Amino acid sequence: MSPDVKEVKKKLRVATTSLAGCFGCHMSLLDIDERLVPLLDLIELDSSPLTDIKHCGPCDLGLIEGGLCNAENVHKLREFRAHCKILVAVGACAINGGLPAQRNHLDIRECLQTVYLTGLGVERGFIPNDPELPLPLKQVHPLHDVVKIDYFLPGCPPSADAIWQFLTDLIAGRTPKLGHGLIHYD
Amino acid sequence: MTLDPSAIVARHHGDASRLVQILHDVMAVEGHVAPPVITALARALGLPRGQVEGVVEFYSFFSSEPRGRFRVLFSDNITDEMAGSHELRKHMLDSFRLQPGEVSRDGLVSIGTTSCTGLCDQGPAMLVNDRAIPRLTPARIGAITSLIRGDVPVDRWPDNLFPIASHVERRDLLLSTELSPGAAIDAAIARGAAATIEEITRSGLRGRGGAGFSTGTKWAACASAPGPERYIVCNADEGEPGTFKDRELLAAHADLLFEGMTVAGFAVGASKGILYLRAEYPFLVEPLLATLEARRRAGLLGERVRDAFAFDIELHVGAGAYVCGEESALIESLEGKRGIPRNRPPYPVTHGYLQKPTVVNNVETLVAAALVATHGAGFLRAVGTPKSSGTKILSVSGDVARPGIYEYPFGVSVQQVLDDAGAVDTQAVQVGGPSGMLLSASELHRRIAFEDVPSAGAFMVFDGSRDMLAVVENFTRFFAHESCGFCTPCRVGTTLSAQMMKRVVSGTGSRRDVKDLAKVSNLMRATSHCGLGTTAGNPVLDALAKFRPSFDKRLRSLEVLPTFDLDEALAPAREATARDDEGAHFTNQTSQAEKP
Repeated sequence: MSPDVKEVKKKLRVATTSLAGCFGCHMSLLDIDERLVPLLDLIELDSSPLTDIKHCGPCDLGLIEGGLCNAENVHKLREFRAHCKILVAVGACAINGGLPAQRNHLDIRECLQTVYLTGLGVERGFIPNDPELPLPLKQVHPLHDVVKIDYFLPGCPPSADAIWQFLTDLIAGRTPKLGHGLIHYD
Repeated sequence: MTLDPSAIVARHHGDASRLVQILHDVMAVEGHVAPPVITALARALGLPRGQVEGVVEFYSFFSSEPRGRFRVLFSDNITDEMAGSHELRKHMLDSFRLQPGEVSRDGLVSIGTTSCTGLCDQGPAMLVNDRAIPRLTPARIGAITSLIRGDVPVDRWPDNLFPIASHVERRDLLLSTELSPGAAIDAAIARGAAATIEEITRSGLRGRGGAGFSTGTKWAACASAPGPERYIVCNADEGEPGTFKDRELLAAHADLLFEGMTVAGFAVGASKGILYLRAEYPFLVEPLLATLEARRRAGLLGERVRDAFAFDIELHVGAGAYVCGEESALIESLEGKRGIPRNRPPYPVTHGYLQKPTVVNNVETLVAAALVATHGAGFLRAVGTPKSSGTKILSVSGDVARPGIYEYPFGVSVQQVLDDAGAVDTQAVQVGGPSGMLLSASELHRRIAFEDVPSAGAFMVFDGSRDMLAVVENFTRFFAHESCGFCTPCRVGTTLSAQMMKRVVSGTGSRRDVKDLAKVSNLMRATSHCGLGTTAGNPVLDALAKFRPSFDKRLRSLEVLPTFDLDEALAPAREATARDDEGAHFTNQTSQAEKP
């Protein structure tokens, strides 16, 4: 393939977001280090914490870290699903609910009361009720509880090498295969 | 009566392997096993506290928390459900203003459900303080409700509540052959131990618990296993929903069963037998103990049986765990542990009870063995099919005019059973219980035999008015409740299946649920630790293969739908914040945003 043919090849449009996550998966993406440069030859970013574009437009690929802990997470996820041809659940929280789901055995009403009313050191507290604030869901859910997910990229976070392998496979039109050292360690 | 844990432990000779029986005794006094009692028991038995607590939590007949003085458990088998148990339970809950499983504030009563109680021919049924009450009607529920309100101890409830009827509709070899006590033992002694095993092998007798392993081969393996001590265990943990044939054998043919166990003991060289009786059959305990005592007096059990060998039989009562029907889990339970199936091999014939060579046989198998010992291999060989000699006792229930016990030669067609039991407009038959095979109306020519449709005894009939998906949903719920939790495929898979089936039945499922149901069922079949997990997916897979349109009709969407109600998931936060604005709700839950 001559270099100029490569030039005209359309870049993949990619959106990313962090829902109930810690941005650790995004940090891991950045950890591919100098490979970011060739990656940016292959993709262009749409809505993402890295671009600060607020809403997702038509994309080839959506990467989501974090699970669903509130109403806004659900709206954001549905917006991604509506606009991304391929949607990937990245990391433990997106796949299983992860650390935020530790609250699932607690009553969310009691959580709010403890944090905002009765907790240690709380004075004249009240539970925030501004309509701008998204309400928390009763329990934290993984992404596939609400929409169809095309790929699951496990890890907490998935290593930079795993993310690199996954993206380059997908961009090249191959079914992503992680295998030994990237997902299997024994 | 006050509770003295150390006295109870002393009564069981401080034997830690009797923990399940010890806990039964504690439950009988206090109704629960309180944490300090767990500590005391652990100390007295020299066990880690966690092990005792683990056993208390494992079995559904034990509880570490106080329950109602009257603990009502409705049998939740599909046949009870079809006979109206859900309505009766709701009625009773309403009249006490209780939620399922909740204990009333005065500590009087709790109302919940339990897995099949083996009274499918006379359901709906319930257990009250572990006593079985069949044939529930609104009137009988009314009477029970008043008795509980009046705080009348169950021992003083009217007798007409409790009788368990015996509906034997068809007798063949096993149920019609009378044997004078000792006849099989005498025949075995005359023949000699090795020749008795030989005779059993020649008869073609295969395990009646469902697996169909050759009984003679099992006995021979145990007899030749090294070591001085051996055990005979009778598996009377008849937990497969829809099965109640052992109930009849234990009630009316106990002598024949004990004869079979004694013959097995003589043949393999065991001096001790244990009958593991399911806790749902407490009404059998006294009669069985009386039969054992009578046999001891007649010299048919004890140190010198017919002056030839020593053999005695002990009764162990289970505590409500389906998985204990699996032979290695049953042995664990006999040893006073949680009923977690062991790794196999080694098999029980070499490393069974207390790691000693052990034969575990089903009740029906041992009854048949007694008859073979007496009348020879030809007695069994004369009936049945080439690979399934003898007869099979079926427990017929569901949509038939005459539910009950039917004994047939192996090879009988399903249609024949249906005709005899008076079934009309049959849509499906679940043979062998939820873990068995679901047959559709086009398969009624098939035959009950190891060559075609094997059966552990259950035969549940569903007519055209029944919703087969509701039937399968009941079965998935059963497996989710009974999974022992040891291996992940079964622990997680059974619960996922139950959740997905619930969504499909309630009309909120999507095509993904149907796809995932098949995937999870196959995964459980391929990767589970024991038979519970490997068969838990059977009803789902059978229904998907044979009743697929029933699934597709119920799907709300072919797109992927949320697996939970989004708007309802915000309700608690709405309540806490007193918000009701637009942002506090999800509207249009199936918006086109779903489309990929």
